[in-house]
Amino acid sequence: MSELIQHLINGIATGTIYALVALGYTMVYGVLKLINFAHGDVMMVGVYMGYATAFALGREARSSLWGVLLIFLVAMAGCALLGLIIERFAYRPLREKPRLTALITAIGISFALSYGFQLDIGFLPGAAPRAFPQIIQPVQWFTLGDPEFPDVVLWNWQVLSLLVAVGMMGGLQFLVYRTRFGRAMRAVSHDHRVAALMGIPTDRVIAVTFMLGSALAAGAGLLYAIKDTSVSPMMGLMVGLKAFVAAVIGGIGNVPGAMVGGLLLGLVEEFVVGYAASTWRDAVAFGFLIIVLLVRPGGLFGRVAAEKV
Amino acid sequence: MDDAVVVTPGKVPGIPAPLRGLFPLLVALPVLFGLQWALSDAPFATYLLSVMGVNVILAVSLNIVNGMTGQFSIGHAGFMAVGAYVSGVLSLALKEVAISGLPVVLSDQLFFVAALLTGGVAAAVCGFLVGLPSLRLRGDYLAIVTLGFGEIIRVVVQNTEVFGRALGLSGTPQTSSVAMVGFWVFVVVLVSRRIAGSSHGRSLWAIREDEVAAEAMGVDTTGYKVRAFVVSSFFAGVAGALFAHFVPIINPNSFTFVKSMEIVVMVVLGGLGSTSGAILAAVFLTLLPEGMRSAFTAMSEEGSSLAQQVDQIRMPVYGVLLVVLMLSRPQGLFGTRELWDVLPRWMARRRKGQS
Repeated sequence: MSELIQHLINGIATGTIYALVALGYTMVYGVLKLINFAHGDVMMVGVYMGYATAFALGREARSSLWGVLLIFLVAMAGCALLGLIIERFAYRPLREKPRLTALITAIGISFALSYGFQLDIGFLPGAAPRAFPQIIQPVQWFTLGDPEFPDVVLWNWQVLSLLVAVGMMGGLQFLVYRTRFGRAMRAVSHDHRVAALMGIPTDRVIAVTFMLGSALAAGAGLLYAIKDTSVSPMMGLMVGLKAFVAAVIGGIGNVPGAMVGGLLLGLVEEFVVGYAASTWRDAVAFGFLIIVLLVRPGGLFGRVAAEKV
Repeated sequence: MDDAVVVTPGKVPGIPAPLRGLFPLLVALPVLFGLQWALSDAPFATYLLSVMGVNVILAVSLNIVNGMTGQFSIGHAGFMAVGAYVSGVLSLALKEVAISGLPVVLSDQLFFVAALLTGGVAAAVCGFLVGLPSLRLRGDYLAIVTLGFGEIIRVVVQNTEVFGRALGLSGTPQTSSVAMVGFWVFVVVLVSRRIAGSSHGRSLWAIREDEVAAEAMGVDTTGYKVRAFVVSSFFAGVAGALFAHFVPIINPNSFTFVKSMEIVVMVVLGGLGSTSGAILAAVFLTLLPEGMRSAFTAMSEEGSSLAQQVDQIRMPVYGVLLVVLMLSRPQGLFGTRELWDVLPRWMARRRKGQS
């Protein structure tokens, strides 16, 4: 029983991080109908920015509340900027071209970032994973069983990542459905040409959406690095792909769907690893994806819209 | 579409009709055996040529899906892995067996061909299983599913005793030869050309240009896509099987996402939909790292450390190359044109200019 509870806790903690990254995929897909392949790698860059900031702050400052906030702020702002640059120079020129060109570009950016960061030239960090500093001192908030070797442990960062994720999702839901900007986003998502005719600055809406999604990714990436206590150039690819799977499971383009998909994927993965075989972790997500696509191609909350000509 | 696809079967005058289909093969075989004989003392050249051939098979077969049909598969290395491992296990099991009454070399080659075909068929079956659900969906899902499939294959191999887990398979009989690789290059180019010119191929082109319109015209889009996918994965499996029989060891690291991307870059660079473009790009991108390596080594002392980094630098360069290509020339170098269509016209124009 206690084992089950522990797996539930771990699964939800991982799932919230997937969900946060998935939100970025879903937002960008919502306005552009483009799978932003580079999303996970933008996240990775954000984590490295946080890592550099943590080291610049030094051992004392980085574990204070302001230090942690500063690390998150730098990473999120840096990623927003990176997202803006990518959108402006890589995606915007291709917006009226066939979808395949944009997809290939996205894959190219993803590849350039994840392998570019593995080089050992200049400021680039090299391929080896590095230990991420413990900016949040791990505290056991809740334990069950023997106090020395507890059966169930709930860490403070697990609660934190859940709170951050729920908070961000709530904020996003509010932004999309309750603000002027959100209305503009939904209009662009519906039909960006008509939206432009109605006086909506589509370019700006899309750019801001990209920045928001990238900032969310940076936040999620830092939470992941705190959980994993490591950072490596390849983390973006794997986490990004899993988050994408989460977004598809929930129904891509759907904000609560991304959340549910992320949690579901986190739990499924955790249970398979816990009860079946740990070496199969990476295969679980894709197996799950194929099954979902077979049974419900639109995802759990998505609708399959007929393609209009 | 930028230019119409016109593929006319080659007309060679003075050859009786039944022989015409066989004619390219009759030309190709002596050339291949001559090449093999000439290279019998040059192991590195043989190896490089074999790698090049395998890359050409992979690029041309991926072009059938990514280029002609306009779907986007980025898990080609997964099918290659299936072919390599299935054929490798089969060859290891049959290593000590020989058909009685035949010379050893011949029976080895027979077993090799059987292993190649088994590897190809196994990969084709996998292609069918992956393609059936994902090809009913829009193109970008296919990209993710094929990528995921590649990862699943890697994880399965790493967890299976027969496949040697992370260590890989070693000791597969080295029965591959330049002639055999060349023969399969020939086959895949022929098949790809014939598909492009057939009514089957026209359906594929139609799907590529506009799937909705193609469906409205009565093209069974899912069926054609799945068939293109199966053909493509068959040849990827054969390429993997060839690969497994000239490298001393195969392990899961030979078939990662990086390999898939390399093939994608070849197809995109050569031109989505151009068989000859895929061939040229595959040859170019196989020789480029080798050339850079020897150039750096020859240059200076510090160059040799650069030479060791060539493999690492290659990856981000591929990424940037894809972005630059998409921004400046999204159809690739050749577009959908073929060398054998362009070249005669160009030669004729030159001759006219001279006279």
